[in-house]
Amino acid sequence: MNMTAPTLEVRDLKTHFFTRAGVVKAVDGVSFSVGRGKVMGLVGESGSGKSVTGFSIIGLVDPPGRIAGGSILFQGRDLAKLSEEEMRDLRGNRIAMIFQDPMMTLNPVLRIDTQMIETVLAHKKVSKEEARQRARDTLGMVGIPSPDERLKAYPHQFSGGMRQRVAIAIALLHEPQLIIADEPTTALDVTIQGQILAEVQKLCATTGTSMIWITHDLSVVAGLADDIAVMYAGRIVEKGVVGEVLDRPLHPYTHGLIGSVPSRNKRGEALRQIPGMTPSLLNLPPGCAFRSRCPRASEACLTEPLLAEILPGREARCVHPHLEAPEAA
Amino acid sequence: MNAAPMLELRDITRRFEKKLDFAGRIAQRLGAPVREEVVHAVDRVNLTVRKGEVVGLVGESGCGKSTLGRMVAGILPPTEGTILRDGRDIKALTGAEARQMKLRTQMIFQDPYASLNPRMRVQDIVGEAPRVHGLLDGAAFDDYVDEQMRRAGLDPTFKRRYPHQFSGGQRQRIGIARALAVKPDFIVCDEAVAALDVSIQAQILNLFMRLRRELDLTYLFISHDLGVVEHLSDRVVIMYLGRVVEEADTETVFRRPNHPYTRSLLDSVPRIENRKRAFSVVKGEIPSPINPPAGCHFHPRCPLATERCRVEVPKLREVAPGQRSACHLNDQ
Ligand SMILES: Nc1ncnc2c1ncn2[C@@H]1O[C@H](COP(=O)(O)OP(=O)(O)OP(=O)(O)O)[C@@H](O)[C@H]1O
Ligand SMILES: Nc1ncnc2c1ncn2[C@@H]1O[C@H](COP(=O)(O)OP(=O)(O)O)[C@@H](O)[C@H]1O
Ligand code: SF4
Ligand code: SF4
Ligand SMILES: [Mg+2]
Ligand SMILES: [Mg+2]
Repeated sequence: MNMTAPTLEVRDLKTHFFTRAGVVKAVDGVSFSVGRGKVMGLVGESGSGKSVTGFSIIGLVDPPGRIAGGSILFQGRDLAKLSEEEMRDLRGNRIAMIFQDPMMTLNPVLRIDTQMIETVLAHKKVSKEEARQRARDTLGMVGIPSPDERLKAYPHQFSGGMRQRVAIAIALLHEPQLIIADEPTTALDVTIQGQILAEVQKLCATTGTSMIWITHDLSVVAGLADDIAVMYAGRIVEKGVVGEVLDRPLHPYTHGLIGSVPSRNKRGEALRQIPGMTPSLLNLPPGCAFRSRCPRASEACLTEPLLAEILPGREARCVHPHLEAPEAA
Repeated sequence: MNAAPMLELRDITRRFEKKLDFAGRIAQRLGAPVREEVVHAVDRVNLTVRKGEVVGLVGESGCGKSTLGRMVAGILPPTEGTILRDGRDIKALTGAEARQMKLRTQMIFQDPYASLNPRMRVQDIVGEAPRVHGLLDGAAFDDYVDEQMRRAGLDPTFKRRYPHQFSGGQRQRIGIARALAVKPDFIVCDEAVAALDVSIQAQILNLFMRLRRELDLTYLFISHDLGVVEHLSDRVVIMYLGRVVEEADTETVFRRPNHPYTRSLLDSVPRIENRKRAFSVVKGEIPSPINPPAGCHFHPRCPLATERCRVEVPKLREVAPGQRSACHLNDQ
């Protein structure tokens, strides 16, 4: 453990949507921290609350949703308590977000240079020429060839992978201390994903930027992240250092997820599978949310388990964690 | 083994003309050098599938996998080439025979929701085609639908429900039940698990494998997910910009790939076993299929390209028993 304070520390975050059908507890008591220059992989299946966690940190939760509790300490300041204006000032400047669809970031009717220069000028008092220079350098940084030419293009003139690079470049313009990346390579082809992951890896290592990488793909997290947090039904069920969690998952859900990855199974044989499906967040049954799908469930699981340190540096939310020696893959 | 293969594609080509839009037509009339573009979605593909095989078809977006799958399923005619089913040219079939042959190949799609009529009850989605094609008589309808649903892992008591009342995984099961209800022997799966969560994906893949055994099915399994393809397939075909660049049994493709593109692809795939390591990188973007690079389509991205690769199209030929590859390096 190092003694420097983490870049981000989320404590007991609750983000709920107050819908007519009832309260959707999309994020319900989530805690984690991200150290300087570290990549934290936030994984889970669709609807588990990954994106809402990201949106909460960056202050983009729309009604009927709102942060219903907890704190988001970013360099010591609680983001959950900032005004919209203070938040806007941080956004795109010290904290940036990258989305699965790069067009969430890009404006289709503006040239790339216009968009990038405006972004620079929004937070920095520099000349237009300096802003252009910065834009060009940043495009180069994310591996866009001939950035001078590319600056004059419109988003539709780029391929999906290139658009995502531009969106990443825009996120990097102000050398943010924290980047939240929400499935930014999920829609991309594997060779293009490989290129972007390589760039991102280099960036974090050289600039000290911290990153939350949201994905449902354990294999991406395995190669990219330092730490991992696994979400299920709005809560973190397990977290720890990537290698340890993937080699020796404690929580039955993590265990099941890893076991169902095809490469972890003998070719042609039935995959190990988690039965059932994810529960609706609208009316979760009492106790452990994974109970109806869990092979280890018992009477004791009717009481909601808390996230607890089960092994040194290893937390899981389960009363019957996998403590036995890991089985051979 | 000496019977005719279940499916044989001979020099199958599919072109799409990209019609000019309104602005394009005006520009053309004013003398601008714009032309209707032609996409070679599939370019002279030869492929043989034997009974009971699972053939995986992989490649990056736009390389022609779905177009090929749709031609195999008989829902898109090829521009050129011949499709043989059990040794018979499907173009030569007429009337009832042609209809029957068409039913024997069914397709399962990525987006189960888009391919299910939202206003139809599950019992009709599953039972309509067999009824129309006279595969069952009126009295047996309910029993037949129940059996199809059960086989796909659906509770028949839900048969009066509509697609939106089911989860993504269950909808994919409805799509599977619908396809199997007409008793096909060949299934084309086009990214059939791509939209599903990991845990649900495993359930559906297991269902595919079980059905293969129980019903003696043959699959063309299209996927961009190499892990899934490796797990399921007996043989793997790799496409790049409309052409097959390599083909071999699964073990060979993953252990001893021959084509530089296959190797690049395998290197790019993140694997859960690979921790915190540098991602290896194939340079460059996937070129547009409207104007693909001359010679070997892969040459602008290939680390081993030579002058010859820029001008001459490499032929797909046997490089080891059961392994075919289209790369000039094999000539040396
Ligand atoms: N505007 C909203 N109104 C009501 N519920 C919402 C809203 N936005 C999100 N939710 C709910 O919050 C939960 C978590 O959503 P979120 O998008 O964060 O999940 P996710 O894990 O990122 O999913 P995916 O991988 O599909 O994007 C879901 O149950 C979702 O239905
Ligand atoms: N109906 C169509 N009209 C024009 N172009 C098409 C059509 N269908 C497919 N294409 C083009 O053919 C190429 C291959 O498409 P497709 O078979 O869908 O690839 P894949 O499934 O591998 O992504 C793409 O460039 C695509 O744009
Ligand atoms: S608490 Fe019980 S039900 Fe929940 S994951 Fe652990 S063993 Fe399974
Ligand atoms: S033919 Fe040439 S360019 Fe194509 S894969 Fe082989 S070496 Fe590379
Ligand atoms: Mg999401
Ligand atoms: Mg496709």
